[in-house]
Amino acid sequence: MDKSSDIELRLLIEAIYLKYSYDFRDYSGASVKRRVAHALRQFDCATISALQERVLHDPSAFMQLLQFLTIPVSEMFRDPSHFLAIRQEVVPLLKTYPSIKIWIAGCSTGEEVYSMAILLREEGLLERTIIYATDINPASLDKAKQGIFSLENVRAYTANYQQAGGQCSFADYYTAAYDYAIFDKTLRENVTFADHSLATDSVFSETQLISCRNVLIYFNKKLQDRAFGLFHESLCHRGFLVLGSKETLDFSAYSKQFEPLVKQERIYRKS
Amino acid sequence: MNDAAANPIRGIEAIVVGASAGGVEALLSIFGVLPTDFGLPIIAVLHLPDERRSQLAEVFARRLRIPVKEARDKELIEAGTLYFAGPGYHLSVEQDLSLSLSQEDRVHHSRPAIDYLFASAADAYGAGLLAILLTGANQDGARGLAHVKQSGGTTVVQDPAEARIAVMPLAALALHTPDHILTLGRIGSLLASLESSPC
Repeated sequence: MDKSSDIELRLLIEAIYLKYSYDFRDYSGASVKRRVAHALRQFDCATISALQERVLHDPSAFMQLLQFLTIPVSEMFRDPSHFLAIRQEVVPLLKTYPSIKIWIAGCSTGEEVYSMAILLREEGLLERTIIYATDINPASLDKAKQGIFSLENVRAYTANYQQAGGQCSFADYYTAAYDYAIFDKTLRENVTFADHSLATDSVFSETQLISCRNVLIYFNKKLQDRAFGLFHESLCHRGFLVLGSKETLDFSAYSKQFEPLVKQERIYRKS
Repeated sequence: MNDAAANPIRGIEAIVVGASAGGVEALLSIFGVLPTDFGLPIIAVLHLPDERRSQLAEVFARRLRIPVKEARDKELIEAGTLYFAGPGYHLSVEQDLSLSLSQEDRVHHSRPAIDYLFASAADAYGAGLLAILLTGANQDGARGLAHVKQSGGTTVVQDPAEARIAVMPLAALALHTPDHILTLGRIGSLLASLESSPC
């Protein structure tokens, strides 16, 4: 074990928190360590201490580092069976609400947001829904607001969409231009994109459904519990929480406060 | 080369194993000899074509005497259990000896990556780690194995002459000299001997 680099890593994370209020202190350590190692090579820094010096004195260097510390890996209709289950098991219950608020926590570059908006439009719910799409990375949020995705990826999303019970042609939702697909801007008319951290911020609205997928795996148990606490507080009575396919409430202090609706698809309901 | 079976390694707390092409048969061979009461945790990455749902844990559970599970995020590692990395996610060992999943970029076109499992387990277990790299058609695992060695752990590479695809063992040998180069039969005996060796 390289003790010096472990110390340096802790100091870097602490410095980032003190200077920029981004809190990575309770992220899962192994992945953070790899991402910082990756950043070192890109920044051409010999040590984490050297990287820390640059980041402390140059806010633009920090914004660059933030792109390494967050993981913008996403897909539209990722895990199609998950979205099919939302359509079949959750939508009929959502339809009983006169108005709906949905929080997509850790929305990254927006793939989950557009997927949800398309599903809601096809179910006739988008007009009476407000979606809060939040992330800690401003660059990701900007990309999400634009709704422009590479056409190559969109081909893969088309298959996902169809398996997820899509009712139209996926191409109806975007205009192709060169190598990009520009998504219909009316999909985001009721979407509010906002900077929000599950590590440091609090609840901002009551919601009926929260989707937080492939975000919690990057948190340690303590931070996961903080996030689950926020979700529990934000959700209305019997509100829905949906997670990524490998994420679970099983090891959480909140496991008793939620019950599985479709366990296999990680769809839970507030008890 | 030491005769590992004659000199059981002491102080091992956990075992990590990586394999790619030809790996199912190789893993069945080395784990098949383990008794029900085998006392150490084993964590394995086996590259497979991307599928949404892996049957690995089920397949191995039917054929082995030890409990077999697909690794779950934030699960505490239990002794005597074989954990497989599921498809599409990297698997790491955290300092508190729990498992964690992540979706960083692929390594050598692979996710899960053997390098990530080995390096994180080396950070967590230090000298208490035994890492074994088997047959495979790419270079994943070589760097991770070298990291295990640097962290004081014990490294084993399958004899390339025996490996169904020798690329992975040869890549490891090009990067560092492992403690042992062994056939599958001898790796199995080595694992079985760990169980009985006093710590």
